[in-house]
Amino acid sequence: MAESIVLDHVTKDFTLHYHRTMKQIAVATARGLPLKEEFQAVNDVSFIVEQGEAVGLMGLNGSGKSTLLKLINGVMRPDHGTVRTRGRIAGLIATGAGFQPQMTGRDNLFLNGAILGMTEAELSKKFDEIVEFADIGKFLDTPVSHYSSGMFARLGFSIAIHVDADIFLADEVLAVGDRPFKKKCLAKMQEIRQQGTTIFYVSHAAASVRAMCDRVLVLEAGRLNFDGPVDDGIRYLQYDDDDGDDPTLEGVMDAELGADI
Amino acid sequence: MRAADKAASNQKDVDERTRRKNAAKQARDLMERKSDSMPVVASPDGPRQIRVVDAELVDPSPTGGIVEVLQQGYLLRLIVGRQLAQQYAASVLGLLWSYIQPAMRFAVYFFVFGVILKTHQGVPNFALRLFTAMVFVHYFTETWNGGTRSIWQNSNLVLKMRVPREIFPVAAMLVSVYHTGPQVLLLIVCCVIVGWHFSLGAIGAGLIGIAILVTFSMAMALFFSALNVLYRDFQNIVQTIMQFIHFLVPMMYSYSVVAELGKSHPLLYQGYMANPLAEAVLLMQKLFWAPTVSDQSLLKPMFPSDLISRGLITLGVCVVLLYLSQKFFSRLESKFPENL
Repeated sequence: MAESIVLDHVTKDFTLHYHRTMKQIAVATARGLPLKEEFQAVNDVSFIVEQGEAVGLMGLNGSGKSTLLKLINGVMRPDHGTVRTRGRIAGLIATGAGFQPQMTGRDNLFLNGAILGMTEAELSKKFDEIVEFADIGKFLDTPVSHYSSGMFARLGFSIAIHVDADIFLADEVLAVGDRPFKKKCLAKMQEIRQQGTTIFYVSHAAASVRAMCDRVLVLEAGRLNFDGPVDDGIRYLQYDDDDGDDPTLEGVMDAELGADI
Repeated sequence: MRAADKAASNQKDVDERTRRKNAAKQARDLMERKSDSMPVVASPDGPRQIRVVDAELVDPSPTGGIVEVLQQGYLLRLIVGRQLAQQYAASVLGLLWSYIQPAMRFAVYFFVFGVILKTHQGVPNFALRLFTAMVFVHYFTETWNGGTRSIWQNSNLVLKMRVPREIFPVAAMLVSVYHTGPQVLLLIVCCVIVGWHFSLGAIGAGLIGIAILVTFSMAMALFFSALNVLYRDFQNIVQTIMQFIHFLVPMMYSYSVVAELGKSHPLLYQGYMANPLAEAVLLMQKLFWAPTVSDQSLLKPMFPSDLISRGLITLGVCVVLLYLSQKFFSRLESKFPENL
């Protein structure tokens, strides 16, 4: 099997500028406040994903999951280390898919598809399928600024999933959709997983990750602290050495129960 | 000494344990809250297929710059369409605005400089000469201005989708081509009516002029679009320069006045002529306006004698500028996400 995603000692620094205008800078300097702060969103992360693997990315909020996805997607470049990917990448990063509010759903569909690397012929062939999956009906020719957040996410996901991609990235974009649609999306993701597409899935729902993924990566404050089988990863996340009885198992059971209801 | 080390490492262990415990607690809470957020869908039956990807391992972020942009014609077309839609959203006159403004400016300049200040004296077909310059200066200012804002204006795409970012300044240039295209057509019609005739020299000058305009405007758009992400002041600076750029090219007055100035202030003259836009305007006038003048002896003082060689040097400088601003853009690009 071939490597699909290779990260080698990847680090991404962010510089936060607190003060932008000259006046603000002057005031801050006079008071001895910091002008900017640097922090590492992703810190020395290395891993290899083989083609066809389904990887769950877990971690607390702010642990660098989205940044890591952006690095793999190519929206960001690492400051140190290298990111290498093989084949076409599709997927959605954070809510909203870079839609232009004034443009209609139809125009945004074409623009988004083209950005994801679809050709004109491919797009017109898959157009009906995408619209049907998104289930936005008569709103197709309405500017997307009038869409509900659910419709927004549905259209975005529908375009991304219909790209014939070799790597599919799914962030928590689906969190705004309604339940039947989420189910439909996950079924579709299972389908493309079955076809051998590499999947990168970010979710907090343990049961869902377990059903989708073969492997889990856990990020903690930008560091990759766990890389291994799904169950171990979930146990690692919930690790607690004081409690004698195993609360992890309980939590996971709850999660599974909850997910089935 | 040993003991202190041990204590320190113990303390570290305790800290690490506390951190892990807190993190684990947070993770449990989060999972409990989110356990219901995503449904469980079992994988379909049947063996997994093996997908053979016929591609190399590459850097996922685009690195091809302008060259890569020009290879993606379809995407570029859609982005230009999007830019136009954005520009004319909720506007009644829409596209007409990009003609009303130049038309009014033309009328004012013609009246003030031609009629009041009488700069048209000794200049045959003064209106045509003015119009030629205005069309191409308009192309330049619109590309520069639109290009400077382009990255910042499209931040939602820049932040979320992987596109070569040079596509936005390039699209801004194509938008202004779209706007100036009909004006050029009108100019050609006017020239033909007045009596334009073919000459190889004029065509050559025109080609050099267009090449200067395209490379120079693109270089400026690229350079300033990247700077404008870091400091939004630059769009105001560009706007300010735009206010007086019309006065810095031989448009309302003729080249002979500038040449006169050169006799007493050679440095000022060289500075004025170093402006690629001034050079381009002269070259375009050579193409459109000069052939319509029947008395060729009148033209002699209207152009520098070294027009073509100067044009070629300027073009070379502009190509280098374009290359440098592409380099600059690529360097700054990785800082875009945190500054938008």
